Amino acid sequence: MSVNVRIPTILRTYTGGQAEVPAEGATLAEVLADLEKNHQGIAARVLDDTGKLRRFVNVYVNDDDVRFADGLATATPDGAGISIIPAVAGGC
Amino acid sequence: MAVQSVESSTTSAASSNSAASGAFGPAVALSCRECGERFELGPIFACEVCFGPLEVAYELPAGDPEGLRRRIEAGPNSIWRYAPLLPVPADVADLPSLNPGLTKLVKADNLARELGVTGELHIKDDSGNPTHSFKDRVVAIAVQAARTFGFTTLSCSSTGNLAGAVGAAAARAGFRSCVFIPHDLEAGKVVMAAVYGGELVGIEGTYDDVNRFCSELIGDPVGEGWGFVNVNLRPYYGEGSKTLAYEICEQLGWRLPDQIVIPIASGSQLTKIDKGLKELIAIGLVEDKPYKIFGAQAEGCSPVSTAFKAGHDVVRPQKPQTIAKSLAIGNPADGPYVLDIARRTGGAVEDVNDEQIVDAIKLLARTEGIFAETAGGVTVGVTRKLIEDGLLDPSLTTVVLNTGDGLKTLDAVAPTTGPSAIIRPTLDSFREAGLA
Repeated sequence: MSVNVRIPTILRTYTGGQAEVPAEGATLAEVLADLEKNHQGIAARVLDDTGKLRRFVNVYVNDDDVRFADGLATATPDGAGISIIPAVAGGC
Repeated sequence: MAVQSVESSTTSAASSNSAASGAFGPAVALSCRECGERFELGPIFACEVCFGPLEVAYELPAGDPEGLRRRIEAGPNSIWRYAPLLPVPADVADLPSLNPGLTKLVKADNLARELGVTGELHIKDDSGNPTHSFKDRVVAIAVQAARTFGFTTLSCSSTGNLAGAVGAAAARAGFRSCVFIPHDLEAGKVVMAAVYGGELVGIEGTYDDVNRFCSELIGDPVGEGWGFVNVNLRPYYGEGSKTLAYEICEQLGWRLPDQIVIPIASGSQLTKIDKGLKELIAIGLVEDKPYKIFGAQAEGCSPVSTAFKAGHDVVRPQKPQTIAKSLAIGNPADGPYVLDIARRTGGAVEDVNDEQIVDAIKLLARTEGIFAETAGGVTVGVTRKLIEDGLLDPSLTTVVLNTGDGLKTLDAVAPTTGPSAIIRPTLDSFREAGLA
């Protein structure tokens, strides 16, 4: 499955400044592994030492927050848009 | 000091120079609340190491608490009296601002009797701010940071109150504004946000969708030069809530309250009030004694309360469904820290349903003449519940926050509030209605 991943500003050092990069994978875990292959170091920023999503990272597959879906096992359909977003924004 | 990659070298240099020139007063750095990594003061909000939230670190005044107290008491009748404790320049009161703060601390004896409180009960009524919510405090600090960073447009994601506060502050301070809200907010809040003449954009989705949109916009060239008060200016913005802690203590005669009940949306306000109280203790402006912090949510959006009661350290997001729209943040950024603070201080996090919120709004109005918005109904309702459950001690000094004006959320009470009777203009008609 080919997907497009939107990269937040603070991770663009890993993608040569690109705001969006292509990746392959049928699940979010596979997509992140593929991202790591092409942009070394990026996975460790998104995942903690135990391999889970860091608590201050939000990941969306299309419009769905993966925490409401299957987390890293969330399916990533062909052509899906994936967004990685810092969670600390917003609110009062 | 590490500097995040988002910044151009020009911005970094500007930030550095600004700090050196006193633009941020006693603030010395941004510090990651999660991993402790430090960054230069700049328009950044997330740690590049762990994505944790950045907050302002200070070198606060030390050694002369009496002198500082006198200086504060002689200062302006606004949050700027606390400038020595905020990331703002010493002359901030001379710059164009809405000058929020110093709102009333109302000793609520009637409400206390109704709730069975034998100690002191106070309502910190922040509806008295220029745009009728506490948001004027946080925006005022963010505007100052935006000025320093050279932004020309002010923006935010908002549940309504913030949009109005940003629109008004931008108008006064000479910025363009473009703010984003869920499209289905209360009519009063939409009008109050739009009237200041900036751009107001309704997004088809929840607040969390709006927030996500803004987070993506900020990484796009379209958002260049934009200061999002609660995104890239969030570390500074959040500090404005500390002034609630300062004011409460000063208005109590430089005393810490024993218990404070605070509404939770993202949780930022609660964490900053705790930070403010700790600062006052560290500086020596108040006696060092324990205090308890209680968080209040609406049942229809209670991710933090749910986590607290379940004993969890992490907060599972929820899809909000409540009349308390100003608190309808299903994915609260500071939720984990709220849990830490409630547990550390011996407080709790509780929630009330929509019916209880409306009842509490009416209770406060009936007993104290204060018409609170739904968030105030949440704090008063939760206070009542905490007392009933034995979690809040009614014999101590308690402060309950009302963060906004009931005129903004008329829809919440309108269905159950209206005239006692409609009569003909005659005495007979008045008697017949049973009102004589």
